[in-house]
Amino acid sequence: MTEMNMIQSLNSALDNLLESDPNVLIFGEDVGYFGGVFRVTDGLQEKHGSKRVFDTPLAEGGIAAIAFGMGLNGLRPVMEIQFADYIFPAYDQIVNEMAKLRHRSGGEFSTPVTIRTPAGGGIKGGHHHSQSPESQFTHTPGIKVVYCSNPYNAKGLLISAIECNDPVVFFEPKRCYRGPFYGDPHNVPTWKGHEYSEVPEEHYSIPLGEANLTMEGDKCTVIAWGAMVHVAEQGIKDSGISCDLIDLQSLVPWDRDAVVNSVKKTGRCVIVHEAPKTSGFGAEMSASVQERCFYHLESPIERVTGWDTPFPHSTEWDYLPSPQRIAEAIKRTQED
Amino acid sequence: MTGDEQGGDSGGFAVPDAPSRPGEKSHFEPWTYTPEDLSQPDPKTCTAEDTADHSEGLIRVLDDDGVASGEWNPNLSADELSLGLEQMCRLRIFDDRMMKMQRTGKLSFYMRSLGEEAIAISQTMALQNHDWLFPTYRQPGCQFVRGRSMVSMINHCIGNVEDNVKGRQMPVHYTYKDGHYISVSSPVGTQFSQAVGVAMASAYKGEDQATITWIGDGASAEGDYHYAVNFASVFKPPVILCVVNNQWAISTHKNFASGGENFATRALPYGIPSLRVDGNDFLALYSVTQWARKRAAAGLGATHIEILTYRTGAHSSSDDASRYRPADEHEYWPGGDPIERLKNHLILNGDWSEEQHSELEQRLDEEVVAAYKEAVTHGDLANGPWPPASTIFTEVYEEVPWHIQEQREELGK
Ligand SMILES: Cc1ncc(C[n+]2csc(CCOP(=O)(O)OP(=O)(O)O)c2C)c(N)n1
Ligand SMILES: [Mg+2]
Repeated sequence: MTEMNMIQSLNSALDNLLESDPNVLIFGEDVGYFGGVFRVTDGLQEKHGSKRVFDTPLAEGGIAAIAFGMGLNGLRPVMEIQFADYIFPAYDQIVNEMAKLRHRSGGEFSTPVTIRTPAGGGIKGGHHHSQSPESQFTHTPGIKVVYCSNPYNAKGLLISAIECNDPVVFFEPKRCYRGPFYGDPHNVPTWKGHEYSEVPEEHYSIPLGEANLTMEGDKCTVIAWGAMVHVAEQGIKDSGISCDLIDLQSLVPWDRDAVVNSVKKTGRCVIVHEAPKTSGFGAEMSASVQERCFYHLESPIERVTGWDTPFPHSTEWDYLPSPQRIAEAIKRTQED
Repeated sequence: MTGDEQGGDSGGFAVPDAPSRPGEKSHFEPWTYTPEDLSQPDPKTCTAEDTADHSEGLIRVLDDDGVASGEWNPNLSADELSLGLEQMCRLRIFDDRMMKMQRTGKLSFYMRSLGEEAIAISQTMALQNHDWLFPTYRQPGCQFVRGRSMVSMINHCIGNVEDNVKGRQMPVHYTYKDGHYISVSSPVGTQFSQAVGVAMASAYKGEDQATITWIGDGASAEGDYHYAVNFASVFKPPVILCVVNNQWAISTHKNFASGGENFATRALPYGIPSLRVDGNDFLALYSVTQWARKRAAAGLGATHIEILTYRTGAHSSSDDASRYRPADEHEYWPGGDPIERLKNHLILNGDWSEEQHSELEQRLDEEVVAAYKEAVTHGDLANGPWPPASTIFTEVYEEVPWHIQEQREELGK
């Protein structure tokens, strides 16, 4: 075990797979010589050569298209989209092409592309460096969707994503690259000393589709992913109420059993995500919980989410779900 | 080339590299271009083929000694030239101050135009005041030419209560409708093809109004660049399509934007006249823009321009350029510095002096400091006051729909 931040653990996952699988190639904007604008691919080109880790033209649609083609022809491409907000020029290639290749070819072709992309707010990125577009992909059959939250699951999930034979969109909460984020912009802890910063140097994987129960309690089930896992942890502490906290980790497929079992135990449910509320993945979960846990629910399911507006710059702390909003929602679920 | 070439020992595809990386010697091929090289074709009759030499060569007016000559000399008055010099200096000093303020946390982020000041200033000066400007983040200088108050620009950058875009966008993403300057959007390249539509609307309405737009060498790899050139070739609206080839896209050298050396010649097979211009030559920029404007006015459609320059500073306040290129690379750029070149030209003509220049810099610095002091009285990003949280919910739609109204009440601010 080595103490790592999320940048280092993601880098370690990529390094392991570059070592073990000659078909793994890594590319995207500024990922080669420079090692990525967030430094996730730092040192990989130097170590593994510019045939395996390289810069591309600045064209997300093109990056996704060549990834599609390489994956189809036997390689295991890992492409980076520099910010999730810039995934949309590639949207057609992902949604209409990668997602449907296996099905449209009667199972004869498939393309195991992994799309890594930093997502989410908290860095004063305004409209176009802050969005969390996971539900634009969870609504697309044929794509798996993963959202890591800490150094340990980042590495294990990324290895699973790359080894998965289906295309995977892998979201990295950029606010948590160097430390967990508890919703207070003035408190900037690093990962040092955090239980999930102990990361094996060697290969390990966390199965896609499994959630992680990170806090245990009996009065309410709180579900979150990405940076919101840590904000929810703070919200639970502030509420003083005993809660299960489920870090969903995989959104498609998601660990419905873990959620349903917890809600059956607690009878209450709060879902937290930073993306807008309307058609957010919380809506899907809320509907499923209602279908499966109707007779166990003691109060309405609460959703604490970003607003149905573009992501702001100066006022981002009023946009992102805060521990206070989460604590209030937890308390509302306890009312008779 | 230090990259692996196709057919090398390990086979495989080609991966280019930058000409020099940190620790290596900076190098550019010396320029042999002179102001006498290229004729100025008649804009009213010129075809794409007539610009073959102009897209292969380089249009220059100022030579390395600061002497202006050749058919592209716009013969501007000393007053016009000293105004251009003043605006470029204003932009550079403004950028310096904003960068310092970014370092102290007053801004979240900043991007300078360093080394590229001539582009926005000269090209905007060469246009009509009602022409549309569709910029990237690297042409904020247009706004000085169109008369925007510096205080208002700073209010935006520090996201305070007086920011005209209400703290919604990152710094440098200006909106200035009075100056016909369209909101900067972060996704690179999108403006380029949108500009073609703006120009089609002007043509439809029968207005003598041109649209100029810029895109970086890096972003010219995006589909939007190619949509723009193709749609402009089909519909022939009054648009001026400029590729600012400043050699770098963050850490990615322009060798990755295209396998070819030249960006200007790309437009020729589309039937669009295309020019390649020295981007650090204020006079040449002015002249090519005026030429393209004449084509627009005559209903002859688009002009495509490659502006050859160098990004002297880092990409933004977020990166350290010396990690991916030699720290002194800009000193080797054959095009020199745009401010120094115009200044030397004016001095050579007897229209300017070192003393006047220092006085100007002194005056501009005071102007910027005063503007900054005034702007912070309305708040700054570090300390507020910021635009009220209610601005999150307004102007998403023309009217606030019920679900957003409910969310606003839930926030309770
Ligand atoms: C669609 C999109 N992809 C990626 C980015 C991130 N990004 C911002 S600027 C930039 C480089 C742009 O380089 P270039 O077009 O050459 O313009 P320059 O900065 O040199 O003026 C990148 C990759 C973005 N803003 N938009
Ligand atoms: Mg560039």
